Amino acid sequence: MPPVDETGRRRPSRAPRTPMPERDPVERAQDFDEVALGYTEEQALAEADRCIQCANPTCIAGCPVNIDIKAFIARILERDYAGGVAVIKERNALPAVCGRVCPQEEQCEAACVLSRKGEPVAIGRLERFLGDYDLACDLEHRCRVEVGQDSGRKVAVIGSGPAGLACAGELRRFGHAVTVFESLHAPGGVLTYGIPEFRLPKSIVQAEIEMLQATGVEIVTDAVVGATYTLQELMSVHGYDAAFIGVGAGLPIFLGVPGENLNGVYSANEFLTRVNLMRAYEFPKADTPVWRGRKVAVVGGGNVAMDAARTAKRLGAEQVFLVYRRSEDEMPARREEVHHAREEGIEFKMLCSPQEVLGRDGWVTGMVVTRMELGEPDESGRRAPVCVVGSEHTIECDTVVVAVGTRANPLLTTATPGLEVSSRGYILTDEDGATSIPGVFAGGDIVTGAATVILAMGAGKRAARAIDRYLRDSS
Amino acid sequence: MFAIVHKRQLSESVFEMGVHAPQIARKVRAGQFLMLRVNERGERIPLTFSDWSADEGWIRFIFMRVGKTTHLLSHLEVGDALADVVGPLGVPTHTEGLGRVAVVGGGVGTAVAYPVARAMLEAGNEVTAIVGARTKDLLILIEEFEALPLAKLMVVTDDGSAGEKGLVTAPLARLCDAGAIDHAMAIGPAIMMKFCAQTTKERGVPCTVSLNPIMVDGTGMCGACRVTVGGETKFGCVDGPDFDGHLVDFEELMSRQRVYADLEREADAEFSKECSCRL
Ligand SMILES: Cc1cc2nc3c(=O)[nH]c(=O)nc-3n(C[C@H](O)[C@H](O)[C@H](O)COP(=O)(O)OP(=O)(O)OC[C@H]3O[C@@H](n4cnc5c(N)ncnc54)[C@H](O)[C@@H]3O)c2cc1C
Ligand SMILES: Cc1cc2nc3c(=O)[nH]c(=O)nc-3n(C[C@H](O)[C@H](O)[C@H](O)COP(=O)(O)OP(=O)(O)OC[C@H]3O[C@@H](n4cnc5c(N)ncnc54)[C@H](O)[C@@H]3O)c2cc1C
Ligand code: SF4
Ligand code: SF4
Ligand code: FES
Repeated sequence: MPPVDETGRRRPSRAPRTPMPERDPVERAQDFDEVALGYTEEQALAEADRCIQCANPTCIAGCPVNIDIKAFIARILERDYAGGVAVIKERNALPAVCGRVCPQEEQCEAACVLSRKGEPVAIGRLERFLGDYDLACDLEHRCRVEVGQDSGRKVAVIGSGPAGLACAGELRRFGHAVTVFESLHAPGGVLTYGIPEFRLPKSIVQAEIEMLQATGVEIVTDAVVGATYTLQELMSVHGYDAAFIGVGAGLPIFLGVPGENLNGVYSANEFLTRVNLMRAYEFPKADTPVWRGRKVAVVGGGNVAMDAARTAKRLGAEQVFLVYRRSEDEMPARREEVHHAREEGIEFKMLCSPQEVLGRDGWVTGMVVTRMELGEPDESGRRAPVCVVGSEHTIECDTVVVAVGTRANPLLTTATPGLEVSSRGYILTDEDGATSIPGVFAGGDIVTGAATVILAMGAGKRAARAIDRYLRDSS
Repeated sequence: MFAIVHKRQLSESVFEMGVHAPQIARKVRAGQFLMLRVNERGERIPLTFSDWSADEGWIRFIFMRVGKTTHLLSHLEVGDALADVVGPLGVPTHTEGLGRVAVVGGGVGTAVAYPVARAMLEAGNEVTAIVGARTKDLLILIEEFEALPLAKLMVVTDDGSAGEKGLVTAPLARLCDAGAIDHAMAIGPAIMMKFCAQTTKERGVPCTVSLNPIMVDGTGMCGACRVTVGGETKFGCVDGPDFDGHLVDFEELMSRQRVYADLEREADAEFSKECSCRL
């Protein structure tokens, strides 16, 4: 029981933030098992006890889906874990996922009153604790969101990433029938093909998706909308009354430097897809191969670059370089990931810009980079890097992974007449996600450009509410 | 799961297979391809549609046994099922208003050339087919080609065991020189397409090639399939697989096709070991 003062009021603990138990960096860099082990019950209770239970909980506004953080922490304090799960599931169908991959330090935790002293409540870790608690129960005993009364309406959700899954889950609560169409052979979007096993075990993603299926969400894999089906056809022939597009921004961007098509140059998407979705790290037990470099240069500074670098290490690379144009302060990756990457021996080459990939007999042998200096802030507010003349030098490597971002994939949008997109191919919507086609909504990376899991989920949920209104108005 | 409804062996290492896939069958157009996975551990591989029936709900493809996946596939029978079939992918072959067309199929590329020739005919073109293989036993689909209303069918083998002795480029050059064709379409191993492109380029005849880079997703997501065409990087799966043969960097394509050669051999050897123990 948490201590109470003489008036019977609870006195929150003043202990420092409870550290996350993690595996030893040397050991973990040899395999694909999860790095962060999760709080034990004791640790969760100790951390929950740090929460002040503020009268005006500022944390909630920091969460893009406004989870009632104060309430779920209160349930933990009461050891009512199932109750805590239920509070989260009111707002977020994938707590075990978000607790692991949300950039909490910029969201809920940044908004916690205790963050002023630099030690916010570890909201994400507590959320993960509850998510894992739920998944540890057998299917019948897991927290299940209530499904609404059958509305007789059918909605097609295109893409099974976080945006599509969140939308589908929410639509079930309104009682609409939902079919999710996914082009790959497995659902989950980036959660499945992009984010590596050691950060987000695929069994967790699968279990969370099974929960959604248990509420009646139907998932059809191997269905490329724009090819196997057109959107128009889903609505006019297959009888869907509305649709949500959450196809992500999956088209890899390359550097556009000479030598980029040499053998041994991968997009991060290809590298991670081979390893995660196709399980190439088990090759030849799994059939898909991946080239295991000895010296690997990863270009980029985001989460994707960190994931690629740490994956290369786990595939047995002796040296992995992270080559980034700006300085470490500008890196968009989560601090925690940068820290983990460093611990695992990734070598950071900051302020370096690739000029050319060198090769012999068709294979990569190195990469020429120029040193950069930080100049004036650019439109993003970050200081723009400028080349230092004459500073070219070569990084010796046999593999290059390009992780400098992705763009909108035009496959669906170009096959859908009347669907308005921006000059860069992203779908244009109003704030509820409505597109230029009546009854068709969109959200997630295909609207905003590459963003985060929770923002994609938030967009999916908002669209689900708008779809519900649309269906009621049109009935 | 996608049930196998048809299987036929066309030669020592070439098979035709049909799969129940009604939704895909409704959409296919000539020149498009599918991605399939044999089982849960399987690789995703691209194969071209060779035939389809929207009414009966099946699609067919023809494959050559070259490595582990095609090996596994060749062991499956009617009544078995494939874990995944995705498609139709890629841009359909352009067939309208080409005039007099030579469709060149080499080796297993013949499997792709056959539906293309059919589509070229349906679009009102005059079609001459040139079908080549190393030797007589590797020639496929000859009867099917003979059944088409072609202007001419020319058969070529490297060793002269059937038809003309030599390479497909010889009759192609003659057709160009005689001014008998307005357009060529070459489908086969990269090296064959390279020389067809060269032959036609020297003679000022446009030439389309159907490229076969290594692919993972087949939907534009990974960039494994990138090819250089006219100095620009293109994705084979979404921008192609057909490209202007005169502009393709074939050396790069051939190099990129070899990336996993050693690893693939390892997987196939491992598999053959298991395979022979079971027999
Ligand atoms: C390697 C990596 C690491 C990341 N790490 C983090 C992190 O730690 N924290 C975080 O918050 N965010 C992270 N992100 C970003 C986050 O994953 C994305 O912002 C989020 O997944 C976007 O969700 P989405 O649903 O819009 O799209 P996606 O997750 O991309 O899902 C789209 C789905 O649609 C499918 N699809 C595409 N086209 C079609 C079609 N025509 N028909 C049918 N289906 C189609 C795709 O196959 C895919 O499954 C990371 C991204 C990557 C790539
Ligand atoms: C658009 C397209 C259409 C194709 N159509 C046909 C067809 O109709 N019939 C047919 O027999 N083959 C076709 N191919 C080639 C076919 O995909 C490969 O033969 C197949 O992937 C080999 O797999 P495997 O595991 O049996 O052999 P592996 O052991 O993987 O490799 C054997 C050889 O095939 C090549 N290869 C391996 N993986 C791929 C891949 N994913 N894509 C292309 N080549 C690869 C390698 O260069 C290697 O030398 C097509 C390829 C493409 C890109
Ligand atoms: S979903 Fe993300 S932002 Fe919201 S409370 Fe959970 S960890 Fe924080
Ligand atoms: S702001 Fe921080 S301390 Fe206050 S209720 Fe939220 S988590 Fe607890
Ligand atoms: S196969 Fe992945 S982009 Fe073409």
